[in-house]
Amino acid sequence: MFMHYSLLFYQSPEDFAARTDPRKREAFWGAFLPYMKALRDAGVVVAGAGLQPPDSATTLRLQGDKRLVQDGPYSEAKEQLGGFFVIDVPDLDTALEWAARYPGKVVEVRPNLPPVE
Amino acid sequence: MERAASDSYRRLVAFLAARSHDVAAAEDALADAFLAALETWPRTGVPHKPEAWLLTAARRRLIDGSRHARVEAGALPALLAAADDAHAAAGADTVFPDERLKLLFICAHPAIDAAVRTPLMLQTVLGLDAARIASAFLVKPATMGQRLSRAKAKIRDAGIRFELPDTLDLPPRLDAVLEAIYAAYGAGWDDLAGADPRRRGLASEAIELGRLLRHLMPGEPEVQGLLALMLHCEARREARRTEAGAYVPLSEQDTTRWSRPMIEEAEQLLAEAAQAGRPGRFQLEAAIQSVHALRAGTGVTDWEAVALLYEGVVRAAPTIGALVGRAAAVGEGGDAVKAWALLDAIPAEAVERYQPYWALAAHLLTRLERRGEAAAAYDRAIGLCEDPATREYLAQRRRSP
Repeated sequence: MFMHYSLLFYQSPEDFAARTDPRKREAFWGAFLPYMKALRDAGVVVAGAGLQPPDSATTLRLQGDKRLVQDGPYSEAKEQLGGFFVIDVPDLDTALEWAARYPGKVVEVRPNLPPVE
Repeated sequence: MERAASDSYRRLVAFLAARSHDVAAAEDALADAFLAALETWPRTGVPHKPEAWLLTAARRRLIDGSRHARVEAGALPALLAAADDAHAAAGADTVFPDERLKLLFICAHPAIDAAVRTPLMLQTVLGLDAARIASAFLVKPATMGQRLSRAKAKIRDAGIRFELPDTLDLPPRLDAVLEAIYAAYGAGWDDLAGADPRRRGLASEAIELGRLLRHLMPGEPEVQGLLALMLHCEARREARRTEAGAYVPLSEQDTTRWSRPMIEEAEQLLAEAAQAGRPGRFQLEAAIQSVHALRAGTGVTDWEAVALLYEGVVRAAPTIGALVGRAAAVGEGGDAVKAWALLDAIPAEAVERYQPYWALAAHLLTRLERRGEAAAAYDRAIGLCEDPATREYLAQRRRSP
C-alpha cells in the first residue's frame, strides 16, 4: 500500500542565485544532482521538476467574471517554491527521510490526494 | 532547582504509573504540580520532602476534581489509590522508592512496538516533549504524539505488569532497554549544526538515561559498556568539526580537543565491566572506541585490534553498522582488497539507503583505482547524506580523490 507524497522545495533569493552564480554553481549542483539521482535510483520518483525563479512567474486571480493577471509569484514570502518531487513511498516517515536528505534549507512534505477515478 | 523538581516529578510519575498502570494519567495528574514546583521552589527552596510536596499539589487537583484536572474520570480510582500509596511512602522517613527501573523495562517491553520504545522512554522517564522527540526521530510531531498515546494506552489496557524481569528473562529484556537508550544516542548523532546546543541531538539525554540505568543496576557489565561507549563518542564532540564547521573524520581529529574526563570515565567503566567476565556487544563496541582513544597518547591507531573487536561485534550482533565498521577497519589496516570483499558481501538491498556504506565504498573503490565505480558511489553517498558538513566533505573528496 504505497502513497504519493509531494516534496516541495522552498528556496531563498540567494539559493535561486546560486544556481547560476559561477562561484556557487558547482557546490549547488554538486549537492543537488546526486540527491535527484539517489531518489531516482531508489525508484521512488513519480514526477518532479525544478522551477524557474519566482520573478518569472505570472499569477492570475479569477473572481467571477473579473480576471487579473499579475507579474510575479502569488506569495510574497521570502522563500519561494523552487521545485518539487512526487514520490511513491510506503508512509510519511519514509517521505520525511527523503526530505531530510534535501541539500537545502526548507522542504514541505504533503500527502497527495488519491487519483480521481 | 529545576533539576530537583524534575527529578522528583519523574520519580513520582514512575511511582504512580507502576501502581495505576496508567502512564498518561500519572503524567497529567502531576503536570500542573510540576509547573507549580518550578514556580515556587526557586523562591522557597527545595522542600524537605519534595515528592510529598508535589503529591499534595497533585492530589488537591485530583480530589476536588477542579476544572484544571486533565485526568480522565476512568483513571481516577486507580490513580487515587496509587497517590495514597505514594503519600504513605513520601511521608515515611525512608527514601522515596525509585520505580524508574520498572518504567524503563516497561518502555522496552516486547509488547511495545520497537520503533516507539525510545520515544516512550524519553518522554516518560526523562519528561521530554513529543515535538522535540519528533524532530530527533524525523517524525511528524502530531504523529509522534499519537504513537506515544497509543503506547501508553496499550500499557494500561493490555495489563503489562510493572515487574522487573526474572533472572531467566533478564538478558533479552535488558538488551531491549540498552538498545532503546543507544537509539536515543544515535538519534540526531550527526548533530546537524555541529556544536549548536539548540540543535544537538539527544546525546546528553541518552547519557542521562545510561547513568540512571547504571545507578539502578550497578554491576551489570553491559550497562557499564553502553555508558562507556556513549561517553567515548561524546568525548570527541568538539573535534568532529573545524572552527568553520567543516566535517573532520575520526582519523584526522585533533586529539587535544577530545574530552579527557569523559574518556577517563569511560575507561574506568570498561575496567569495572571487565571484572564481571561477561563480555557483550556494548562492551565490545566501547572497547573499539577505547582503541581509538589511545591515539591521543600514542599518535597511532591499532587497526588490527579494531578489526578484531568488530569481528566480535559482528558475531554478537551482525548489524549493518557492524559489518560496515569491520570492513572500514580492515581497509584502514591496509588491506583495501579484503575490505572491499567484506563490503561487497553485504546484500545490496540491506544497504540501498545506508549512507555510511556508500561513503566507505567510494573511499575503497578510489584506493582500488576503480574510478568510475568510485564516482558513482560518491554520488550515492552525497545523495543520501543528511548532514551539510559531511556532504561538503564528500563532494570535495569526489573532486580530488
